[in-house]
Amino acid sequence: MWDWSFVLEILPVLAHAAIISIEATLIGFVLAATLGLVLALARIAFPSTALPISVLVELIRSTPLLIQIFFLYFVFPSFGVTLDAFTAGVLALGIHYAAYCSEVYRSGFDNIHRGQWEACTALNLSSWTTFRDIIIPQAIPPIVPALGNYLVALFKETPLLSAIAVLELMQTAKIIGSETFRYTEPITLVGVFFLAMSLVSATLIRAVERLLNRRPAR
Amino acid sequence: MTDKPIVRFDKVSKRYGPLTVLDSLELDIFRGEKVAIIGPSGSGKTTVLRMLMTLETIDDGVIWVDGEPLTHMERNGKLVRADQAHIRKIRARIGMVFQSFNLFPHMTAMANCIEAPMTVLGMKRQDAEARAADLLDMVGLAQKKEHYPSQLSGGQQQRVAIARALAMRPKIMLFDEVTSALDPELVGEVLQVIRKLGSEHDLTMLMVTHQMGFAKEFADRICFFYQGKICEQGHPKEFFGSPKNDRTKQFLHAVLEAG
Ligand SMILES: Nc1ncnc2c1ncn2[C@@H]1O[C@H](COP(=O)(O)OP(=O)(O)OP(=O)(O)O)[C@@H](O)[C@H]1O
Ligand SMILES: [Mg+2]
Repeated sequence: MWDWSFVLEILPVLAHAAIISIEATLIGFVLAATLGLVLALARIAFPSTALPISVLVELIRSTPLLIQIFFLYFVFPSFGVTLDAFTAGVLALGIHYAAYCSEVYRSGFDNIHRGQWEACTALNLSSWTTFRDIIIPQAIPPIVPALGNYLVALFKETPLLSAIAVLELMQTAKIIGSETFRYTEPITLVGVFFLAMSLVSATLIRAVERLLNRRPAR
Repeated sequence: MTDKPIVRFDKVSKRYGPLTVLDSLELDIFRGEKVAIIGPSGSGKTTVLRMLMTLETIDDGVIWVDGEPLTHMERNGKLVRADQAHIRKIRARIGMVFQSFNLFPHMTAMANCIEAPMTVLGMKRQDAEARAADLLDMVGLAQKKEHYPSQLSGGQQQRVAIARALAMRPKIMLFDEVTSALDPELVGEVLQVIRKLGSEHDLTMLMVTHQMGFAKEFADRICFFYQGKICEQGHPKEFFGSPKNDRTKQFLHAVLEAG
């Protein structure tokens, strides 16, 4: 049933596809973390943006990621914006998770004591300096675990990109399957790979958490 | 003391919904003057300081600092609401120390004291550190420069907060019950620093305090607030020696009773 020589044969192909999956994850997450931060900052710095941003975040969170992927890939071209599959997929992942990340940042900012903001005003710091030197350095460390969880969640959703034929792991495994009529090895390998990567990143996140907790807090 | 006030509250009112916290307040404070603000809880003492620090907006009137409007600015000969740039310019003359210290917990005492001088005044690190070192020395914390707030006692934290505010060279310093959050044995060291400031610097000081003894000994003037108005004010000798208003008498009686 399980054929090791077949495994050896498809491993290089899958390894190459795994790189695409990891790329999509990293780019998608950098996008999510950055855009999420921008959204969270905007609602504090420009209170008038708070309502539109909540609506947008709610909209993104209440529709399936797959629909958003399809939207960017299949619907955007009719508005004259044509994206290749990888770009559309990564963009959708990034935007989708930006909505979640922005809420995480928001809880981080909400946990900063009002007195910190007031001290910044009393010292006449600019809003930019206030965020950069005082608020963000205090708000981020406690939310690293939550952000890390979203990194892992985003990674586990990259197989959705196979729906628009991005040659990531899942899509590659499907192609191998349909060409050789053997699904056991490729699909199992993909599962094992996701399991291994999730365990590795969970360990990494915990290490980062410990590192951050070592610094003296309040 | 000159006859031109450094701070002037000109018919300033503050309301929270239906609650009028300050009612058409008029108060002039002169250069170098040490004013103690006392009064029952909820009488608006903190609000006065917070409005001057621009932590609260005002609903009516104008606050003047050093002859220039703080809450407003002149536009075509008229006073209009100040914009952020104007507020920042005038606010630079004022520093504040809070009841709860509000030090930046992720920064050492030294870093707390150089942050604003470097980012706001554009000072070089070296110069900012030299200034901060002098100030930390002045508040008796020369040995604690590299300590984080969590590694300092409440009294030490409050002294860092004083040094941090002074590093911006304000002309006016605001103190809001700066010893209220401290254990009794730590109150003295903070008051000692404030005393030193009173004699060493030509600073205008405005402090809200429940320490009647300190107010009496330190202040040039006592302002007694009651329900958002100054009910009585005067030199501490007369104020404590022969208060005129019945509310003042009641308040002093209650406070002195409590010890
Ligand atoms: N943000 C706010 N919203 C609504 N009411 C407020 C707010 N801040 C202050 N108040 C009210 O304004 C009044 C004056 O408050 P303030 O803090 O100036 O009093 P205080 O004289 O400093 O009292 P204490 O001695 O207790 O510190 C109080 O009745 C208070 O409840
Ligand atoms: Mg108060």
